[in-house]
Amino acid sequence: MPEKLTSRNLLNQLQTRHYTNAYTAKMKGQLVGWATSIFPQEFCETMDLTVVYPENHAAAVAAKRGALPLLEQAESEGYSVDLCSYARINLAYMKSQAAEVPIPLPDFILCCNNICNTLIKWYENIATELNIPMILIDVPFNHGYEPTPAAIDYIKSEFEECIRQLETITGRQFNFERFQEVMKLSNENSRAWKRALDLNQAVPAPLNGFELFNYMSQMVCARGRKETGELFKLLIEELEEKISLGKSCYEDGEKCRVMWDGIACWPHIKHNYKALAKSGINIVCSSYPEAWVLLYEPGNMDELARVYSMIGNNTCMEYQADRREGEVRNFKLDGILFHVNRSCKVMAFMQYEQQRLVAARTGVSIMNFDGDQADPRNFAAAQFETRLEALMEIVSQNKSAKKSKEVMNNDPA
Amino acid sequence: MITAGVDIGSTSSKVVVLEDGKKILSKVIIPVGAGSSGPARAFEQSIREVNLSREDIKRVIATGYGRTHFPGADQQITEITCHARGVYELLPGVRTIIDIGGQDAKAIRVGQGGIVSNFIMNDKCAAGTGRFLEVMSRILEINIEDLADLAALAENPASISNTCTVFAESEVISQLSGGTSREDVAAGIVNSVVGRVAGLVKRLGVQSEVVMTGGVCLNWMIIRMMEKELAIPVMASPMAQLTGALGAALFAFESAR
Repeated sequence: MPEKLTSRNLLNQLQTRHYTNAYTAKMKGQLVGWATSIFPQEFCETMDLTVVYPENHAAAVAAKRGALPLLEQAESEGYSVDLCSYARINLAYMKSQAAEVPIPLPDFILCCNNICNTLIKWYENIATELNIPMILIDVPFNHGYEPTPAAIDYIKSEFEECIRQLETITGRQFNFERFQEVMKLSNENSRAWKRALDLNQAVPAPLNGFELFNYMSQMVCARGRKETGELFKLLIEELEEKISLGKSCYEDGEKCRVMWDGIACWPHIKHNYKALAKSGINIVCSSYPEAWVLLYEPGNMDELARVYSMIGNNTCMEYQADRREGEVRNFKLDGILFHVNRSCKVMAFMQYEQQRLVAARTGVSIMNFDGDQADPRNFAAAQFETRLEALMEIVSQNKSAKKSKEVMNNDPA
Repeated sequence: MITAGVDIGSTSSKVVVLEDGKKILSKVIIPVGAGSSGPARAFEQSIREVNLSREDIKRVIATGYGRTHFPGADQQITEITCHARGVYELLPGVRTIIDIGGQDAKAIRVGQGGIVSNFIMNDKCAAGTGRFLEVMSRILEINIEDLADLAALAENPASISNTCTVFAESEVISQLSGGTSREDVAAGIVNSVVGRVAGLVKRLGVQSEVVMTGGVCLNWMIIRMMEKELAIPVMASPMAQLTGALGAALFAFESAR
């Protein structure tokens, strides 16, 4: 009897196929693009273009412990150690193409600065070195709670320019009917992804956070594709079954529920997982995979502009604090782990104030640790473990104090 | 009932042996920490001094950086929770603990009953730690214990702007060779640690009463300058670097009871 296909197997198949297809396309002489992780993929999907994502690739390289040689290569070429490690890995890879999981070099690049502005210089560098066209969607930072009408108009005008540039690069016309279908499919996938993430509100949670990070890669690379919907349908079925059985993803049960704030610490992800599992701390939600929940009315260009503008890093303090406050409540969190990511200055910029706001509003316990999304040198295991254990001790003490109070209140004497 | 707390830091090993969670029978500090013979030596000495053997100790709790590698422990608890417990025993009104150890600095918020409600640690860097003071004392050719007295004689405290210990070392050397007095440099070193750690405390929020624990609280100039920086009285823990071991011994008593 054939083995039942699990969502994890399907994810592995789809991710392998994603990278293989990119190589096949390149060999057939088709155009291949590189894009930033939350670029409006609807445009390239409509044009049926093969696109790979350097951030996703750098994360995979780091998780497979292949980051250091590329980082050292970038630094020896003159890139500062203070630059984003994804950028250093990718810029080195562009030269040497030395990685366990290879990606073909691009013929064009797509950059949207809705997650950070380092991307612009990084991508300009690629465009100059490889002498290829670059499409930029420049998204202004949202100092207010919502994008201004002027910002929406500006982004929409860039969408028009993006279409024009894609038509020039490919020599083909943009098909607006197909565009409508892609937007519809992208929303269906976003809704399914959101549903999967929300299922972790169950106590105990059926999934641990590191699995969320793995499934997330499909949203990064193929959120406008049919097979992504099939993957999440399967994942949702599995999660619902686990919930109905009251199954925790930890054998010894879930003692503490936390949110992981920020990007994964990819080079040490196994260590992080083991340290958390040992303490019974489960990452039940994260600001990271949530970033790829992009919902809008298909065909409504104002909404499309808004949704790509409202990415976590591009939003104001109040908006971010409200989102975190909602997650503390919905996911019944005991704490939040903030990854103070040396590579991501834009994320670290608001982190301490976010901690203060969220702790004051919810009373949730906060822990922060130093690390890096892809540079293995910026992390100390012992410090991470001490902070984790201290968080667990605080949560346990709080729970016992709460329990004693309840017993005292219920005591008729 | 006899219990013991063993605090294995990065630069020293501390042990407190308690009787019935009240009376301190012995306390030992050995100036070498995790990964050395220090923890075992400190533990042996602490029980030998009062003619006890390991079998006489009902429960041992290890804390500190090297807590997971001490074979004689029945349980491990982090130094954050142990310092809070030790402080609560000694000074129950304390709400803010500043613990400056050999390799890290922490600001700890304590609620009623000595329960930790929040904490912040320094980033992966030796600035604002005991190690920083050790390195700088060596350049000044003094014992770390004499740093406070030397700094107190400063007329115009030097500004040590580098937070990186290696860069600050070159900065101090160049200040000394440029003619800045040793007293002014010593005061600059003290101010550098205070500035760095006060930043952590302010981020946590300063709440009275404030106490400093860890070996660095023996430096009275750091306490004085910290008070000035935070604009609030700062006490030194009566048991200084033994506070964490005391907390661990108390937890051992409470869990064995």
